[in-house]
Amino acid sequence: MSFKLISQALNRNQPPPRMWRQHPLKDRYDVVIIGGGAHGLACAYYLAKEHGITDVAILEKRYIGAGGSGRNTTILRSNYLTPEGVRFYDESLRLYHQMALEFDYNVMFSKRGHLTLAHSDGAVRTMRRRAEVNRLQGVDSRLIWPEQLKALCPPLDVSENPRHPIQAALFHPPGGVIRHDAVVWGYAHHADRMGAEIHQLTEVSGIRVEKGKVSGVETNRGYIKAGTVLNATAGWCSTISEMAGVKLPVTTFPLQACVTEPLKPFLDVIIVSGSLHVYISQSDRGELVMGASVDPFASYSMRGSLGFTEGLAGHMLELFPSLANARLMRQWAGLCDMTPDYSPIMGFTPVDGFLVDVGWGTYGFKATPSSGKRMAELIATNKTPELIHPFRLSRFYEHDLVGEKGAASVSN
Amino acid sequence: MVLLECPNCGARNVAEFRYGGELKPRPAQPMAGSEESWVDFVFMKQNKLGLQAEWWYHRAGCGIWFMAERHTKSNQVVKTYRWQPAEKAS
Repeated sequence: MSFKLISQALNRNQPPPRMWRQHPLKDRYDVVIIGGGAHGLACAYYLAKEHGITDVAILEKRYIGAGGSGRNTTILRSNYLTPEGVRFYDESLRLYHQMALEFDYNVMFSKRGHLTLAHSDGAVRTMRRRAEVNRLQGVDSRLIWPEQLKALCPPLDVSENPRHPIQAALFHPPGGVIRHDAVVWGYAHHADRMGAEIHQLTEVSGIRVEKGKVSGVETNRGYIKAGTVLNATAGWCSTISEMAGVKLPVTTFPLQACVTEPLKPFLDVIIVSGSLHVYISQSDRGELVMGASVDPFASYSMRGSLGFTEGLAGHMLELFPSLANARLMRQWAGLCDMTPDYSPIMGFTPVDGFLVDVGWGTYGFKATPSSGKRMAELIATNKTPELIHPFRLSRFYEHDLVGEKGAASVSN
Repeated sequence: MVLLECPNCGARNVAEFRYGGELKPRPAQPMAGSEESWVDFVFMKQNKLGLQAEWWYHRAGCGIWFMAERHTKSNQVVKTYRWQPAEKAS
Protein backbone atom coordinates (compact mmCIF):
# COMPACT_ATOMS: atom_id res chain seq x y z
CA MET A 1 0.00 0.00 0.00
CA SER A 2 2.62 2.55 1.02
CA PHE A 3 4.89 1.47 -1.84
CA LYS A 4 2.06 2.08 -4.26
CA LEU A 5 1.52 5.49 -2.74
CA ILE A 6 5.16 6.45 -3.23
CA SER A 7 5.29 5.12 -6.78
CA GLN A 8 2.11 7.05 -7.60
CA ALA A 9 3.64 10.22 -6.17
CA LEU A 10 6.70 9.83 -8.40
CA ASN A 11 4.71 8.80 -11.46
CA ARG A 12 4.28 11.54 -14.06
CA ASN A 13 1.15 9.94 -15.49
CA GLN A 14 -1.20 10.77 -12.69
CA PRO A 15 -4.72 9.42 -12.89
CA PRO A 16 -7.12 12.15 -14.00
CA PRO A 17 -7.86 14.23 -10.90
CA ARG A 18 -11.35 15.24 -11.95
CA MET A 19 -14.36 13.03 -12.56
CA TRP A 20 -15.47 15.39 -15.30
CA ARG A 21 -13.73 18.21 -17.13
CA GLN A 22 -14.49 21.84 -17.81
CA HIS A 23 -14.84 23.04 -21.37
CA PRO A 24 -15.18 26.37 -23.13
CA LEU A 25 -18.75 26.73 -24.35
CA LYS A 26 -19.01 26.08 -28.10
CA ASP A 27 -21.52 28.01 -30.19
CA ARG A 28 -23.24 24.92 -31.53
CA TYR A 29 -24.19 21.47 -30.28
CA ASP A 30 -26.30 18.71 -31.80
CA VAL A 31 -28.09 18.20 -28.50
CA VAL A 32 -28.43 20.64 -25.62
CA ILE A 33 -29.74 19.18 -22.36
CA ILE A 34 -31.05 21.73 -19.89
CA GLY A 35 -30.63 20.48 -16.35
CA GLY A 36 -27.56 18.70 -14.99
CA GLY A 37 -29.38 16.34 -12.70
CA ALA A 38 -29.34 12.58 -12.86
CA HIS A 39 -31.91 12.55 -15.69
CA GLY A 40 -30.02 14.92 -17.98
CA LEU A 41 -26.70 13.20 -17.32
CA ALA A 42 -28.18 9.74 -17.82
CA CYS A 43 -29.60 10.87 -21.15
CA ALA A 44 -26.17 12.18 -22.23
CA TYR A 45 -24.59 8.91 -21.07
CA TYR A 46 -26.95 6.75 -23.11
CA LEU A 47 -26.77 9.06 -26.12
CA ALA A 48 -23.02 8.50 -26.22
CA LYS A 49 -22.98 4.85 -25.19
CA GLU A 50 -25.80 3.42 -27.25
CA HIS A 51 -26.19 5.86 -30.13
CA GLY A 52 -22.75 7.40 -30.62
CA ILE A 53 -24.07 10.95 -30.24
CA THR A 54 -21.39 12.85 -28.35
CA ASP A 55 -21.83 16.46 -29.51
CA VAL A 56 -23.91 17.07 -26.40
CA ALA A 57 -23.88 19.91 -23.87
CA ILE A 58 -25.46 19.60 -20.44
CA LEU A 59 -26.30 23.04 -19.05
CA GLU A 60 -26.66 23.28 -15.31
CA LYS A 61 -27.62 26.46 -13.48
CA ARG A 62 -25.77 25.54 -10.29
CA TYR A 63 -23.70 22.38 -9.78
CA ILE A 64 -24.66 18.95 -11.02
CA GLY A 65 -27.05 17.10 -8.74
CA ALA A 66 -28.01 20.30 -6.89
CA GLY A 67 -31.74 19.79 -7.34
CA GLY A 68 -33.93 16.75 -6.93
CA SER A 69 -31.07 14.32 -7.63
CA GLY A 70 -29.44 15.29 -4.35
CA ARG A 71 -32.59 15.89 -2.35
CA ASN A 72 -34.56 12.67 -2.73
CA THR A 73 -34.66 9.89 -0.14
CA THR A 74 -32.92 7.44 -2.54
CA ILE A 75 -35.63 4.79 -2.42
CA LEU A 76 -35.79 2.55 -5.49
CA ARG A 77 -38.79 0.35 -6.27
CA SER A 78 -41.05 -0.72 -9.11
CA ASN A 79 -44.25 -1.82 -7.36
CA TYR A 80 -46.47 0.81 -8.96
CA LEU A 81 -50.16 0.50 -9.70
CA THR A 82 -50.53 0.86 -13.47
CA PRO A 83 -49.04 -1.73 -15.88
CA GLU A 84 -47.41 1.12 -17.82
CA GLY A 85 -45.77 2.46 -14.67
CA VAL A 86 -44.66 -0.96 -13.43
CA ARG A 87 -43.01 -1.86 -16.75
CA PHE A 88 -41.18 1.46 -16.90
CA TYR A 89 -39.95 1.59 -13.30
CA ASP A 90 -38.98 -2.06 -13.42
CA GLU A 91 -36.59 -1.47 -16.30
CA SER A 92 -35.16 1.35 -14.24
CA LEU A 93 -34.73 -0.84 -11.17
CA ARG A 94 -32.99 -3.54 -13.21
CA LEU A 95 -30.58 -0.94 -14.64
CA TYR A 96 -29.90 0.29 -11.10
CA HIS A 97 -29.08 -3.27 -10.00
CA GLN A 98 -26.25 -3.48 -12.55
CA MET A 99 -25.13 0.15 -12.29
CA ALA A 100 -22.05 -0.39 -10.10
CA LEU A 101 -20.74 -3.00 -12.53
CA GLU A 102 -21.45 -0.79 -15.52
CA PHE A 103 -19.74 2.26 -14.01
CA ASP A 104 -16.96 0.35 -12.21
CA TYR A 105 -17.81 2.69 -9.36
CA ASN A 106 -19.39 2.03 -6.01
CA VAL A 107 -22.89 3.52 -6.03
CA MET A 108 -23.63 1.75 -2.72
CA PHE A 109 -26.78 0.08 -3.94
CA SER A 110 -28.36 -1.83 -1.11
CA LYS A 111 -31.23 -4.19 -1.77
CA ARG A 112 -33.42 -3.91 1.29
CA GLY A 113 -36.94 -5.03 0.60
CA HIS A 114 -39.65 -2.40 0.41
CA LEU A 115 -42.78 -2.54 2.60
CA THR A 116 -45.84 -0.40 1.97
CA LEU A 117 -48.16 -0.50 4.98
CA ALA A 118 -51.94 -0.63 4.76
CA HIS A 119 -53.94 0.78 7.66
CA SER A 120 -57.49 0.28 6.39
CA ASP A 121 -59.60 -2.23 4.46
CA GLY A 122 -59.50 0.04 1.43
CA ALA A 123 -55.72 0.23 1.55
CA VAL A 124 -55.44 -3.57 1.88
CA ARG A 125 -57.59 -3.91 -1.23
CA THR A 126 -55.36 -1.49 -3.15
CA MET A 127 -52.24 -3.36 -2.00
CA ARG A 128 -53.66 -6.64 -3.22
CA ARG A 129 -54.46 -5.04 -6.55
CA ARG A 130 -50.95 -3.61 -6.78
CA ALA A 131 -49.45 -7.00 -5.94
CA GLU A 132 -51.44 -8.65 -8.73
CA VAL A 133 -50.59 -5.93 -11.29
CA ASN A 134 -46.92 -6.20 -10.30
CA ARG A 135 -46.87 -9.99 -10.62
CA LEU A 136 -48.50 -9.86 -14.03
CA GLN A 137 -45.56 -7.72 -15.10
CA GLY A 138 -43.08 -10.16 -13.56
CA VAL A 139 -42.25 -7.98 -10.55
CA ASP A 140 -41.69 -9.70 -7.19
CA SER A 141 -44.42 -8.22 -5.02
CA ARG A 142 -46.85 -9.77 -2.55
CA LEU A 143 -49.20 -9.05 0.32
CA ILE A 144 -48.06 -10.03 3.82
CA TRP A 145 -49.83 -9.94 7.19
CA PRO A 146 -48.82 -8.34 10.50
CA GLU A 147 -47.14 -11.50 11.92
CA GLN A 148 -44.88 -11.80 8.87
CA LEU A 149 -44.28 -8.07 8.99
CA LYS A 150 -43.20 -8.30 12.61
CA ALA A 151 -40.70 -11.02 11.68
CA LEU A 152 -39.24 -8.83 8.92
CA CYS A 153 -39.16 -5.67 10.97
CA PRO A 154 -39.25 -6.27 14.76
CA PRO A 155 -39.23 -2.60 15.89
CA LEU A 156 -42.44 -1.88 14.00
CA ASP A 157 -45.56 -1.59 16.18
CA VAL A 158 -48.01 -4.03 14.59
CA SER A 159 -50.31 -4.12 17.63
CA GLU A 160 -53.85 -2.76 17.86
CA ASN A 161 -52.62 0.18 19.96
CA PRO A 162 -51.88 2.89 17.36
CA ARG A 163 -54.61 5.14 16.08
CA HIS A 164 -54.34 3.47 12.67
CA PRO A 165 -53.29 -0.15 13.31
CA ILE A 166 -51.37 -1.89 10.55
CA GLN A 167 -53.54 -4.42 8.76
CA ALA A 168 -51.22 -5.70 6.05
CA ALA A 169 -48.29 -4.67 3.88
CA LEU A 170 -47.20 -4.90 0.29
CA PHE A 171 -43.78 -6.59 0.28
CA HIS A 172 -41.47 -5.81 -2.64
CA PRO A 173 -38.12 -7.59 -2.07
CA PRO A 174 -36.14 -5.97 -4.96
CA GLY A 175 -36.64 -2.45 -3.56
CA GLY A 176 -33.57 -0.76 -2.18
CA VAL A 177 -31.60 2.38 -1.53
CA ILE A 178 -28.57 3.81 -3.29
CA ARG A 179 -26.16 6.70 -2.83
CA HIS A 180 -27.78 9.37 -4.98
CA ASP A 181 -24.68 11.57 -5.34
CA ALA A 182 -22.69 8.61 -6.62
CA VAL A 183 -25.34 7.97 -9.27
CA VAL A 184 -25.03 11.58 -10.49
CA TRP A 185 -21.23 11.47 -10.44
CA GLY A 186 -21.13 8.08 -12.16
CA TYR A 187 -23.26 9.28 -15.05
CA ALA A 188 -21.33 12.56 -15.22
CA HIS A 189 -17.97 10.78 -15.27
CA HIS A 190 -18.88 8.37 -18.03
CA ALA A 191 -20.79 10.89 -20.14
CA ASP A 192 -17.76 13.19 -19.89
CA ARG A 193 -15.31 10.42 -20.84
CA MET A 194 -17.34 9.59 -23.93
CA GLY A 195 -17.36 13.21 -25.10
CA ALA A 196 -20.39 14.99 -23.66
CA GLU A 197 -19.65 18.40 -22.15
CA ILE A 198 -20.92 19.34 -18.69
CA HIS A 199 -21.31 23.08 -18.20
CA GLN A 200 -22.03 24.06 -14.62
CA LEU A 201 -23.04 27.58 -13.57
CA THR A 202 -24.64 27.98 -16.97
CA GLU A 203 -28.16 29.31 -16.72
CA VAL A 204 -30.61 29.23 -19.61
CA SER A 205 -32.40 32.55 -20.04
CA GLY A 206 -34.24 31.96 -23.29
CA ILE A 207 -35.03 29.46 -26.02
CA ARG A 208 -35.22 30.58 -29.64
CA VAL A 209 -37.88 29.03 -31.82
CA GLU A 210 -38.02 29.75 -35.55
CA LYS A 211 -40.98 28.62 -37.66
CA GLY A 212 -42.07 26.08 -35.06
CA LYS A 213 -38.61 24.57 -34.72
CA VAL A 214 -36.14 25.14 -31.93
CA SER A 215 -32.93 26.82 -33.08
CA GLY A 216 -30.92 27.42 -29.93
CA VAL A 217 -30.75 28.53 -26.33
CA GLU A 218 -29.61 31.75 -24.75
CA THR A 219 -27.51 31.42 -21.63
CA ASN A 220 -25.62 33.66 -19.26
CA ARG A 221 -22.50 32.58 -21.18
CA GLY A 222 -23.83 33.39 -24.63
CA TYR A 223 -26.06 31.99 -27.34
CA ILE A 224 -25.79 28.33 -28.36
CA LYS A 225 -27.26 26.89 -31.53
CA ALA A 226 -28.80 23.48 -31.07
CA GLY A 227 -30.52 20.87 -33.20
CA THR A 228 -32.37 19.35 -30.28
CA VAL A 229 -33.08 20.85 -26.87
CA LEU A 230 -34.15 18.63 -24.00
CA ASN A 231 -35.78 20.15 -20.94
CA ALA A 232 -34.68 17.81 -18.14
CA THR A 233 -35.28 20.19 -15.26
CA ALA A 234 -37.33 19.72 -12.13
CA GLY A 235 -38.84 22.63 -10.28
CA TRP A 236 -38.17 25.00 -13.17
CA CYS A 237 -39.69 22.88 -15.94
CA SER A 238 -42.68 25.20 -16.48
CA THR A 239 -40.41 28.25 -16.61
CA ILE A 240 -38.08 26.62 -19.16
CA SER A 241 -40.91 25.25 -21.29
CA GLU A 242 -42.59 28.63 -21.33
CA MET A 243 -39.46 30.05 -22.96
CA ALA A 244 -40.23 27.77 -25.91
CA GLY A 245 -43.96 28.51 -25.71
CA VAL A 246 -44.90 25.03 -24.51
CA LYS A 247 -47.63 24.66 -21.90
CA LEU A 248 -47.27 21.99 -19.24
CA PRO A 249 -49.85 20.53 -16.84
CA VAL A 250 -47.42 20.82 -13.93
CA THR A 251 -47.68 22.34 -10.46
CA THR A 252 -44.54 22.57 -8.36
CA PHE A 253 -44.75 21.58 -4.70
CA PRO A 254 -41.93 21.30 -2.17
CA LEU A 255 -41.42 17.96 -0.48
CA GLN A 256 -39.60 17.89 2.82
CA ALA A 257 -37.35 15.22 4.23
CA CYS A 258 -35.04 14.89 7.19
CA VAL A 259 -32.45 12.64 8.82
CA THR A 260 -31.89 11.75 12.44
CA GLU A 261 -28.58 11.41 14.20
CA PRO A 262 -26.84 8.10 13.36
CA LEU A 263 -28.24 5.16 15.30
CA LYS A 264 -27.10 1.55 15.58
CA PRO A 265 -28.30 -0.47 12.58
CA PHE A 266 -31.76 -1.74 13.47
CA LEU A 267 -33.84 -1.20 10.35
CA ASP A 268 -32.82 -3.18 7.27
CA VAL A 269 -36.04 -2.70 5.30
CA ILE A 270 -37.73 0.35 3.80
CA ILE A 271 -41.04 1.20 5.44
CA VAL A 272 -43.62 3.32 3.65
CA SER A 273 -47.07 4.26 4.78
CA GLY A 274 -49.32 5.80 2.15
CA SER A 275 -52.06 6.56 4.66
CA LEU A 276 -49.74 8.29 7.13
CA HIS A 277 -47.70 9.91 4.32
CA VAL A 278 -44.31 8.90 5.69
CA TYR A 279 -41.42 6.70 4.61
CA ILE A 280 -38.28 5.69 6.42
CA SER A 281 -35.06 3.83 5.74
CA GLN A 282 -31.77 3.60 7.58
CA SER A 283 -28.72 4.75 5.66
CA ASP A 284 -25.41 2.92 5.71
CA ARG A 285 -24.16 5.55 8.15
CA GLY A 286 -27.01 4.75 10.52
CA GLU A 287 -29.08 7.87 10.01
CA LEU A 288 -32.79 7.40 9.59
CA VAL A 289 -33.81 9.03 6.32
CA MET A 290 -37.43 10.09 6.53
CA GLY A 291 -39.72 11.89 4.16
CA ALA A 292 -43.33 12.92 3.83
CA SER A 293 -45.72 13.76 1.03
CA VAL A 294 -45.64 17.11 -0.73
CA ASP A 295 -46.38 20.32 1.18
CA PRO A 296 -50.01 21.47 1.36
CA PHE A 297 -49.57 24.35 -1.06
CA ALA A 298 -47.65 24.94 -4.30
CA SER A 299 -44.38 26.80 -3.91
CA TYR A 300 -40.81 27.07 -5.17
CA SER A 301 -39.57 27.71 -1.64
CA MET A 302 -37.25 25.08 -0.23
CA ARG A 303 -37.53 26.07 3.42
CA GLY A 304 -38.57 23.62 6.07
CA SER A 305 -41.72 24.03 8.11
CA LEU A 306 -42.72 23.12 11.65
CA GLY A 307 -45.94 21.56 10.37
CA PHE A 308 -43.90 18.98 8.47
CA THR A 309 -41.64 18.11 11.40
CA GLU A 310 -44.56 17.76 13.78
CA GLY A 311 -46.64 15.68 11.41
CA LEU A 312 -43.79 13.42 10.42
CA ALA A 313 -42.60 12.86 13.99
CA GLY A 314 -46.13 12.06 15.15
CA HIS A 315 -46.72 9.50 12.42
CA MET A 316 -43.27 8.00 12.79
CA LEU A 317 -43.84 7.42 16.50
CA GLU A 318 -47.03 5.55 15.71
CA LEU A 319 -44.97 3.14 13.61
CA PHE A 320 -41.82 3.08 15.76
CA PRO A 321 -42.52 4.05 19.39
CA SER A 322 -38.88 3.26 20.23
CA LEU A 323 -37.74 6.32 18.26
CA ALA A 324 -39.15 8.69 20.87
CA ASN A 325 -35.69 9.89 21.91
CA ALA A 326 -34.06 10.04 18.48
CA ARG A 327 -33.00 13.55 17.52
CA LEU A 328 -33.36 15.16 14.13
CA MET A 329 -30.13 16.29 12.56
CA ARG A 330 -31.00 17.88 9.24
CA GLN A 331 -34.08 18.87 7.33
CA TRP A 332 -34.39 19.95 3.70
CA ALA A 333 -36.84 20.22 0.84
CA GLY A 334 -36.81 19.46 -2.86
CA LEU A 335 -39.19 20.53 -5.59
CA CYS A 336 -41.70 18.08 -7.02
CA ASP A 337 -43.39 18.79 -10.33
CA MET A 338 -46.78 17.22 -9.86
CA THR A 339 -48.88 16.26 -12.88
CA PRO A 340 -52.65 15.68 -12.82
CA ASP A 341 -52.27 11.89 -13.18
CA TYR A 342 -49.10 11.39 -11.09
CA SER A 343 -47.20 10.17 -14.14
CA PRO A 344 -44.23 11.88 -15.77
CA ILE A 345 -44.19 13.66 -19.12
CA MET A 346 -41.59 12.47 -21.60
CA GLY A 347 -41.15 13.07 -25.29
CA PHE A 348 -42.14 15.44 -28.06
CA THR A 349 -43.85 18.80 -27.69
CA PRO A 350 -45.66 20.94 -30.27
CA VAL A 351 -42.31 22.70 -30.89
CA ASP A 352 -40.14 20.66 -33.25
CA GLY A 353 -36.83 19.72 -31.64
CA PHE A 354 -37.87 20.78 -28.14
CA LEU A 355 -38.29 17.71 -25.95
CA VAL A 356 -39.35 17.35 -22.36
CA ASP A 357 -38.43 14.93 -19.59
CA VAL A 358 -40.38 16.59 -16.82
CA GLY A 359 -43.22 16.23 -14.34
CA TRP A 360 -41.31 13.78 -12.21
CA GLY A 361 -43.25 14.52 -9.04
CA THR A 362 -42.13 12.21 -6.26
CA TYR A 363 -40.79 9.43 -8.50
CA GLY A 364 -37.99 11.01 -10.55
CA PHE A 365 -34.89 9.57 -8.97
CA LYS A 366 -35.99 5.95 -9.17
CA ALA A 367 -36.73 6.44 -12.87
CA THR A 368 -33.32 7.86 -13.79
CA PRO A 369 -31.65 5.07 -15.78
CA SER A 370 -34.72 4.15 -17.75
CA SER A 371 -35.74 7.71 -18.54
CA GLY A 372 -32.19 8.50 -19.67
CA LYS A 373 -32.01 5.40 -21.83
CA ARG A 374 -35.40 5.91 -23.44
CA MET A 375 -35.06 9.67 -23.97
CA ALA A 376 -31.69 9.01 -25.64
CA GLU A 377 -33.39 6.45 -27.86
CA LEU A 378 -36.09 8.98 -28.69
CA ILE A 379 -33.53 11.65 -29.60
CA ALA A 380 -31.44 9.24 -31.69
CA THR A 381 -34.30 7.62 -33.61
CA ASN A 382 -36.77 10.53 -33.55
CA LYS A 383 -39.44 8.01 -32.56
CA THR A 384 -41.13 7.52 -29.18
CA PRO A 385 -40.05 4.17 -27.67
CA GLU A 386 -42.94 1.84 -26.81
CA LEU A 387 -42.07 1.89 -23.09
CA ILE A 388 -42.53 5.65 -22.66
CA HIS A 389 -45.31 6.14 -25.19
CA PRO A 390 -47.95 6.23 -22.41
CA PHE A 391 -46.16 9.22 -20.85
CA ARG A 392 -46.23 11.55 -23.89
CA LEU A 393 -47.40 15.15 -23.43
CA SER A 394 -50.23 14.75 -25.95
CA ARG A 395 -51.97 12.21 -23.69
CA PHE A 396 -53.80 15.11 -22.05
CA TYR A 397 -55.29 16.17 -25.37
CA GLU A 398 -56.12 12.56 -26.25
CA HIS A 399 -57.77 11.88 -22.87
CA ASP A 400 -55.46 8.95 -22.27
CA LEU A 401 -54.08 9.65 -18.79
CA VAL A 402 -52.06 7.15 -16.74
CA GLY A 403 -53.56 7.40 -13.26
CA GLU A 404 -50.57 6.39 -11.15
CA LYS A 405 -52.06 6.14 -7.70
CA GLY A 406 -49.07 4.12 -6.50
CA ALA A 407 -46.93 7.26 -6.30
CA ALA A 408 -45.52 8.38 -2.98
CA SER A 409 -47.69 11.44 -2.56
CA VAL A 410 -50.99 9.66 -3.07
CA SER A 411 -52.83 7.99 -0.26
CA ASN A 412 -54.64 4.88 -1.32
CA MET B 1 -45.59 31.27 5.56
CA VAL B 2 -47.11 30.84 9.01
CA LEU B 3 -50.09 33.19 8.96
CA LEU B 4 -52.62 33.94 6.27
CA GLU B 5 -55.04 36.85 6.35
CA CYS B 6 -58.63 35.67 5.88
CA PRO B 7 -60.84 38.53 4.60
CA ASN B 8 -63.39 37.53 7.26
CA CYS B 9 -61.40 36.31 10.23
CA GLY B 10 -58.10 38.17 9.99
CA ALA B 11 -54.66 36.60 10.32
CA ARG B 12 -54.90 32.89 11.16
CA ASN B 13 -52.54 29.90 11.17
CA VAL B 14 -52.03 28.71 7.60
CA ALA B 15 -52.89 25.15 8.71
CA GLU B 16 -56.53 26.30 8.93
CA PHE B 17 -56.63 26.90 5.20
CA ARG B 18 -56.64 24.75 2.11
CA TYR B 19 -54.80 25.81 -1.00
CA GLY B 20 -57.05 25.91 -4.05
CA GLY B 21 -54.61 26.37 -6.93
CA GLU B 22 -53.77 29.23 -9.24
CA LEU B 23 -56.48 31.52 -10.62
CA LYS B 24 -57.58 30.37 -14.05
CA PRO B 25 -60.19 32.37 -15.89
CA ARG B 26 -62.99 30.12 -17.12
CA PRO B 27 -63.63 30.19 -20.85
CA ALA B 28 -66.02 33.09 -21.37
CA GLN B 29 -68.14 31.20 -23.87
CA PRO B 30 -68.20 27.63 -22.56
CA MET B 31 -70.04 26.13 -25.51
CA ALA B 32 -68.02 27.90 -28.16
CA GLY B 33 -64.55 26.85 -27.01
CA SER B 34 -62.75 24.03 -28.80
CA GLU B 35 -61.98 20.79 -27.01
CA GLU B 36 -58.33 21.81 -26.90
CA SER B 37 -59.14 25.02 -25.08
CA TRP B 38 -60.98 22.97 -22.46
CA VAL B 39 -57.99 20.67 -22.02
CA ASP B 40 -55.87 23.78 -21.53
CA PHE B 41 -58.32 25.06 -18.95
CA VAL B 42 -58.61 21.80 -17.05
CA PHE B 43 -55.00 20.55 -17.09
CA MET B 44 -52.49 23.18 -18.17
CA LYS B 45 -50.95 25.38 -15.52
CA GLN B 46 -48.92 28.55 -15.54
CA ASN B 47 -47.12 27.32 -12.43
CA LYS B 48 -45.67 30.75 -12.04
CA LEU B 49 -42.32 31.49 -10.43
CA GLY B 50 -43.15 34.88 -8.94
CA LEU B 51 -46.28 36.69 -7.89
CA GLN B 52 -49.32 34.46 -8.32
CA ALA B 53 -53.05 35.03 -7.84
CA GLU B 54 -54.47 31.95 -6.20
CA TRP B 55 -57.45 30.44 -4.37
CA TRP B 56 -57.61 29.65 -0.68
CA TYR B 57 -60.36 28.07 1.40
CA HIS B 58 -60.75 28.76 5.11
CA ARG B 59 -61.80 25.23 5.98
CA ALA B 60 -61.28 25.40 9.76
CA GLY B 61 -62.80 28.86 10.01
CA CYS B 62 -65.56 30.76 8.26
CA GLY B 63 -65.52 28.53 5.18
CA ILE B 64 -65.13 31.11 2.44
CA TRP B 65 -63.11 30.80 -0.72
CA PHE B 66 -60.96 33.87 -1.30
CA MET B 67 -57.99 35.09 -3.32
CA ALA B 68 -54.42 35.70 -2.27
CA GLU B 69 -51.50 37.18 -4.11
CA ARG B 70 -48.41 35.32 -3.07
CA HIS B 71 -44.85 35.21 -4.26
CA THR B 72 -44.22 31.53 -4.98
CA LYS B 73 -40.50 31.70 -4.25
CA SER B 74 -40.54 33.58 -0.93
CA ASN B 75 -44.11 32.60 0.06
CA GLN B 76 -44.71 36.22 0.99
CA VAL B 77 -48.38 37.10 0.72
CA VAL B 78 -48.85 40.58 -0.74
CA LYS B 79 -52.60 40.78 -0.22
CA THR B 80 -55.74 38.73 0.24
CA TYR B 81 -59.17 39.70 -1.00
CA ARG B 82 -62.63 38.45 -1.79
CA TRP B 83 -63.03 37.27 -5.34
CA GLN B 84 -64.90 39.69 -7.60
CA PRO B 85 -66.30 38.35 -10.83
CA ALA B 86 -65.16 40.31 -13.86
CA GLU B 87 -67.49 43.18 -14.77
CA LYS B 88 -68.60 41.63 -18.03
CA ALA B 89 -67.01 38.41 -19.22
CA SER B 90 -65.43 39.19 -22.54
